[in-house]
Amino acid sequence: MWNKKKEDEYAPRPATAPSTTSTTPPREGVPVSSTPARSHEPRIGSGEATMGKAVMVKGQIFSREDLVLDGELEGTVELQDHRLTIGPNGKLQASVKAREIIVLGSILGNVEATDKIDIRKDAKLIGDIKTARIVIEDGAYFKGNIDIMRPEVKPEPARVQAAAPPPASPPSPPPSLGPPAFPAPPAAAPSPAQTAVQGKR
Amino acid sequence: MFRERWKSVLGGSATGESSPRDAAALMSVDSSIRNGAPFSRQSRALDQFFAPLRDRAGLSLLDFAGASQETVSYITGLGHRLYSEDYLRSLDQAFGDGDFFANQSQPGRMEEFMKGSLDFPSGHFAGALAWDALQFMASPLLESAVERLYDILHPNSYLFAIFHADERMHQVPLHHYRVQDAQTLLITPRGHRQQAQFFNNRRLEKLFDKFQSVKFFLTRDSLREVIVRR
Repeated sequence: MWNKKKEDEYAPRPATAPSTTSTTPPREGVPVSSTPARSHEPRIGSGEATMGKAVMVKGQIFSREDLVLDGELEGTVELQDHRLTIGPNGKLQASVKAREIIVLGSILGNVEATDKIDIRKDAKLIGDIKTARIVIEDGAYFKGNIDIMRPEVKPEPARVQAAAPPPASPPSPPPSLGPPAFPAPPAAAPSPAQTAVQGKR
Repeated sequence: MFRERWKSVLGGSATGESSPRDAAALMSVDSSIRNGAPFSRQSRALDQFFAPLRDRAGLSLLDFAGASQETVSYITGLGHRLYSEDYLRSLDQAFGDGDFFANQSQPGRMEEFMKGSLDFPSGHFAGALAWDALQFMASPLLESAVERLYDILHPNSYLFAIFHADERMHQVPLHHYRVQDAQTLLITPRGHRQQAQFFNNRRLEKLFDKFQSVKFFLTRDSLREVIVRR
């Protein structure tokens, strides 16, 4: 009897039934997220972790994948080379460091984004910002210092190129490598500062 | 003589000798103010404010308008840092419950506001964009804030402020100011508000008495743009 019930609960659903748009009320016992559906809702297997709005954390968070925080946090958050999203219900009293930070909720603390920070409408950020790029929507509240980090130009690649034999034009990968087995990741859009440096050269 | 003086102040185009193009621009501004739509206009005072900042980098500027994409992009594009705070909102938070201007004379509240909004090391900033926030401060908060600004500004740096020039107006138009470029302001009307007092040239000279110099620019939209040199 118990086994039968378990089988019912965990029976695979038809692939065509969309779980988020279903109109049937959720069954008792089935975990349902209290977070409203949003564009940054976590997708299983997408490498994005989520802390829901009913969660409160005091301490440090280190993550090696993208993270969505929609609850309350007091402490520090550090995401090496990943994106942090503070959801609309997110309230952070923390110092934050990530590659990219999207703020829809509120942060009280200093923020460092190695690539970009995006402060959306109705977001609130009180603290100093260090970032390479910043986007502030109208309606966002910000109080603090903004320091734009300029990417340092490394002369090493130029020297290597100068030492190497002149490449054929247009430059192509070495023939020994062959065609790439996987599609190459999309190249990041150059920041205005980078563009300026290239323009000077 | 007066005509010549105003001509220099107004940029030589609003003394009765305005061109059809100027008149069209003026009508467009008037229309925008009436409709509450954002508009942009040239500002010679802003140009003077940014003149010493263009060839240098890594300086800190203070912005009273609150962060906006345009101002942040322009100032950080020059290579400077920006401290941003919506001072009008901070004033409302500090003194908004009850009589706004009477509350500004309460020592405890004044101290809290100064500590929360103007607590910086001496000579920290290479310029301050005060916009129209000062005209909503009553004595003695206003004098304390100006004194504090004098302290936190670097010698020879500039303070840019805007005061309404129409003495008859009790409720003055309130705007949100953004820097589009060194000479252009993007202005978004945001209603009306009672100013603490009327600021004529003499009152402003007295207010900024401690500073090296005060320069006035009367604009077409009845504003007195003021550049004060620390």
